[in-house]
Amino acid sequence: MIRGWAILLLLQGLGELLAQALHLPLPGSVIGMILLLLGLRAGLIRVEWVKDAAELLLSHLSLLFVPAGVGVMLYFDLIAGQWWPLTIATVGSTFVVLAVTGWTTKLLSPPENNDVC
Amino acid sequence: MSAELTASPLFGIGATLLIYELATLLYRRWPLALLNPVLVTIVGLIGLLQAVHIPYDSYRRGGDMILFLLGPAVVALGLPLYQRRQEVLARLVPILCGVSAGAVASIVSACGLVLLFGGGTELALSLAPKSVTTPIAIGIAQKTGGIPALTASVVVMTGCLGAIIGPEFCRLIGVRDPVSMGLAMGTASHGLGTGRMLEIHLLGGAIAGLAIGLNGIITALLVPLFDWLFF
Repeated sequence: MIRGWAILLLLQGLGELLAQALHLPLPGSVIGMILLLLGLRAGLIRVEWVKDAAELLLSHLSLLFVPAGVGVMLYFDLIAGQWWPLTIATVGSTFVVLAVTGWTTKLLSPPENNDVC
Repeated sequence: MSAELTASPLFGIGATLLIYELATLLYRRWPLALLNPVLVTIVGLIGLLQAVHIPYDSYRRGGDMILFLLGPAVVALGLPLYQRRQEVLARLVPILCGVSAGAVASIVSACGLVLLFGGGTELALSLAPKSVTTPIAIGIAQKTGGIPALTASVVVMTGCLGAIIGPEFCRLIGVRDPVSMGLAMGTASHGLGTGRMLEIHLLGGAIAGLAIGLNGIITALLVPLFDWLFF
């Protein structure tokens, strides 16, 4: 478990360094994700090294967004001032993205897939 | 409550975990979409802080430690992606097209609806990156002249909404296979959509994780372009 944590944090750090050095418009964590994928593929990192730590984090992924959500309370005034455009755009756009992404992917996918969820 | 106690990270972490645990029990007892544990926990914590007059900065000492874990968690998304690489490679073209279409749809619909319903340019630019994960969205908003803090709030709202009704909405419009649904969930509502998707289907969850990264990359490139073209 400790080895897994060390690897995940190391890759995030490497990602931050790469983002800075190459002026990439991405946070280090996303680059770290790509590095983990490459490391596993290249055999430099073994699945069992990172499995426990990764699965622990991913099984509670939603919890990690709670503090950012509580931060909404700081901007109640700002939000209240533009309530309608903000709510309609947030809700409407979320449905639009779900539909556009889902339909595009489905349309271009081979129809063999019987797995339904 | 003693100010000394609430000023320690113990308070922020303890309160978050305790309320989340209670919210999870509540959701297990009544699995209604509206009782989504993240939404209930956020509303519960805001209510608690307001009710007993604890400043957000005190909560933040512990909250930031939880938020920190989001970094390694995003890195960890590489693991399910590696384990499912064959399925991903087999449908790489639909996946890339789906996320790109979703990224464009997100920026256009968010900005369009804001302007249509009387919001200003600043609000439109704050909402443009709303479907990507928090750290990327804030970075984009800073660059284009949105309000980063407002962006962060809208990102979490978008995530909660997608997590609450996303799968049900997808089934309703005929998107039922795990790859299409996972991609839609990850593209529309980042980590919160992925969290819900991981509960429903393992491959779908891995695909949603992939969508977070891809949508982040595409949106980070598109929003500045849109800003330059239209604002």
